Amino acid sequence: MRNLLEVKNLCVQGRPPGGEYVPIVKGIDFSIKPGEVLALIGESGSGKSTISLSTMGYARPGCRISKGEVLLNGEDVLLLDKQSRRNLRGEKVAYVAQSAAASFNPSLRINKQVTEAPTLHGIMKEDEAVNHAVELYKSLDLPNPETIGKRYPHQVSGGQLQRLMAAMALSCTPDLLVLDEPTTALDVTTQIEVLKAFKVIISRENTAAIYVSHDLAVVAQVADQIMVLRNGEMVEQGSTEQIINHPRHEYTKTLMSAVRQTPPCDQAHEEDQADADSHLLGVRNLTAAYGPVTILRDVNVVVDKMETIGVIGESGCGKSTMARVISGILPPVVGEIRLDGSVLPGAVKGRSREELKRIQFVFQMADVALNPRQTIGKILGRPLKFYHDMNPAQCKERVGELLELVELPREFAKRFPGELSGGQKQRVNLARALAAEPEVILCDEVTSALDTVVAASVIRLLESLQERLGVSYVFISHDLSTVAAFADRIVVLYAGRVVEQGPTSRVLSPPFHPYTKLLLSSVPELRQGWLEDVAETQEARSGIARDVTLSAVGCPFTDRCPMSIKGVCDTQSAPIRKPVAGHEIACHREIEELITGVNLAEVSASA
Amino acid sequence: MTGLIFRRLAIGLVTMWAVSLLVFASTEILPGDVAESILGKEAPDDVIAAMRERLGLNEPAHVRYWDWLSGLFVGDLGVSLGSGREISELIDDRLWNTVRLASVTAIIAVPLAVILGLISAMRAGTVMDRSISIGTLCMISLPEFFVAALLVYVFAVQLRWLPALPIVRPDQSLWSSLTSIVLPVMTLTFAVLAHMARMTRNAVINVLSSAYVEMALLKGVPNWRIILFHAFPNALSPIINVIALNLAYLVAGVVIVETAFGYPGLARLMVDAVGTRDVPLVQACGMIFCATYVLLNLLADVLSILSNPRLRTQK
Repeated sequence: MRNLLEVKNLCVQGRPPGGEYVPIVKGIDFSIKPGEVLALIGESGSGKSTISLSTMGYARPGCRISKGEVLLNGEDVLLLDKQSRRNLRGEKVAYVAQSAAASFNPSLRINKQVTEAPTLHGIMKEDEAVNHAVELYKSLDLPNPETIGKRYPHQVSGGQLQRLMAAMALSCTPDLLVLDEPTTALDVTTQIEVLKAFKVIISRENTAAIYVSHDLAVVAQVADQIMVLRNGEMVEQGSTEQIINHPRHEYTKTLMSAVRQTPPCDQAHEEDQADADSHLLGVRNLTAAYGPVTILRDVNVVVDKMETIGVIGESGCGKSTMARVISGILPPVVGEIRLDGSVLPGAVKGRSREELKRIQFVFQMADVALNPRQTIGKILGRPLKFYHDMNPAQCKERVGELLELVELPREFAKRFPGELSGGQKQRVNLARALAAEPEVILCDEVTSALDTVVAASVIRLLESLQERLGVSYVFISHDLSTVAAFADRIVVLYAGRVVEQGPTSRVLSPPFHPYTKLLLSSVPELRQGWLEDVAETQEARSGIARDVTLSAVGCPFTDRCPMSIKGVCDTQSAPIRKPVAGHEIACHREIEELITGVNLAEVSASA
Repeated sequence: MTGLIFRRLAIGLVTMWAVSLLVFASTEILPGDVAESILGKEAPDDVIAAMRERLGLNEPAHVRYWDWLSGLFVGDLGVSLGSGREISELIDDRLWNTVRLASVTAIIAVPLAVILGLISAMRAGTVMDRSISIGTLCMISLPEFFVAALLVYVFAVQLRWLPALPIVRPDQSLWSSLTSIVLPVMTLTFAVLAHMARMTRNAVINVLSSAYVEMALLKGVPNWRIILFHAFPNALSPIINVIALNLAYLVAGVVIVETAFGYPGLARLMVDAVGTRDVPLVQACGMIFCATYVLLNLLADVLSILSNPRLRTQK
């Protein structure tokens, strides 16, 4: 078969602000046949996005394609004039970006954006394009396909928006799809849905695709070929089977090992249940709300000294809300927060400087949390002055120590956040929290924006800091494998309620709460065919494609649960079962049933 | 959304009230005495005292404030101390003149500024962008009286195309009333152009770096369409606010231009009233200017809300 796309000796240069052009992609060659999926994988800075964009004849501002050929159906895209290049984009080659939320124009209705390319390229008239879009929505399993396009982007959920962006890319039935980390920002459960949708469309339309990702396990599900990239150069290329099972290059092996496997169970020691007041931090009967909307209901969690509590759940489950309540940003409606046995005032304003000092917050977006106009030294100096009344000389000394603590050079004090990489910024963010010398650090998705290798190094840093300084972490993440590898205990939140909590090894082995089981089974495994297998499980079939809905009565997970009991689960609050001391599962099912799992056929037959 | 608008409206009313206090207080501390300035410095003391009595100037300040404020509520602006005529009557013509000058300027300046801003944004960093930037900045940097004099020199004295002083008569035809205000309109346009054009440029450029603009680019959308349909609607909010501020300036801040051209507008009426210590007239003008600011800003807020689907479609 003829190649659809041939890329020969592609070189791209980039220019840092005020600097000279430096090579960022250094002579890449590859080809794709119709219906084939090539994955580009590597860390951030490997040039994978840049390469994928250059197949559309596009270089981001500050970059330029300096050399090479990009032949689409035999024609060099790089030699086209502006008009022909515009005709190519959207029509022959379509792009799906990482963040659908950012890639949809907030002030235009979805249909307008989905139908823009076909009407603009003269392929369809407005009404034909709308009908075609509705067909696409149906084939992508979107709810209310007739009307969803009439909404604005902010009125649909993240997973739906990601699928709508796929519809936008497919609106002209392109020959080549460029998928740039299209599932990275999604929950594991949503990721499965979106991956399934891509696979269906690629095989149905015989579309070729370039799939850019840093996640080998995800790539293993969709790609035919994998190219491993590092610093703009190819490290290794081969069939998915070969790369996954027999990687030749050392770097590929490193990438594979960075994919954190869920640790084997029952290796952790049993914990003694301590007396309630002896915990460092205790959250009791906590209910929290944003205005009239109650997010958290009756949450009870404790944190001990030098302990790491992992909080997991899908987006919308109340994970961040919990951290905000503990920190005092959002005062609770009901319930109390105890620190060393004494009750903390609910609101930040009511807390003393000493109380504030003991609990610190590290935000997800290091980019946003650091003032771009202040040097790192100034950013770190502020908490030192505020909490410890240090003079400028002491501050300077301590800033240096803090930077060393988070394994950054002392000279960074003079730099601005914009001069740092994502991982370095997150370290500064952490150093700022450490400046207060806290006992508890609330980490809200601190590794989610980082790629696998950098995230792993930040986790190692957190662990070593814990050993040296004796801090406790409340570590919030939607990434179960990170939490599994790092936390001493896990709290599983669903729709604002704790559905399961206990020592990590206990939570990750049966008996499971059905929601925990769904989450666990949704984490991609590094093997081909996993996606097909998981789509067949009862958890997946009953519960994956739904959004989290907050409810006041019954067990909130009822409508997604393969084991739910009609008339019980939807009306009564779930009792707390304790398989062993310290392990709690809120479920109407008996522990025995949760260990074996219930035969779904039986349930549906009796229903 | 209506809740949001009502809140803005309430804030507007509070602002008006605060301004009424300020206006009243500042006229209180104006140096000089109204009775004395009406009757002249040579008037005997007892005549001045009688005048003060007649004008109610001997009442305590809070009583006079209350009388004035309650008058405002029912639309009674009071009587001019200088001429003895109803203030509403005095203001009527002047207000209409001012509004005409302001609206003709707005009709020309606002679209022009937005178009210049859009062109600058589309061609950011090019010679075109810099020339627009330098040109509009030069216009705003020159003092208005200088621009006015320059324009009069060129168009009225040298070229003899336009009258140097606008003739404003009730029986004037629309055409002659328009030609007579060309020069003041040009002067004002120069004054407000830069601000609006630069805000448009910067707001649009800000939006141009967003992911959805890159997405539009990668869908093959042409540049002009990206600017007009993708970037501009999302940049509207700051632009609308700057436009509102400039429109308010056209009503309240044009005293120099009105003086330079001898144009009988409201701002000049106010300055004249300050000269004659005609306190009720000054207060009335002050309140009208304040109301203009409040109303235009309220309008800007409402339009900003309407331009944002997130706020517009709130439950």
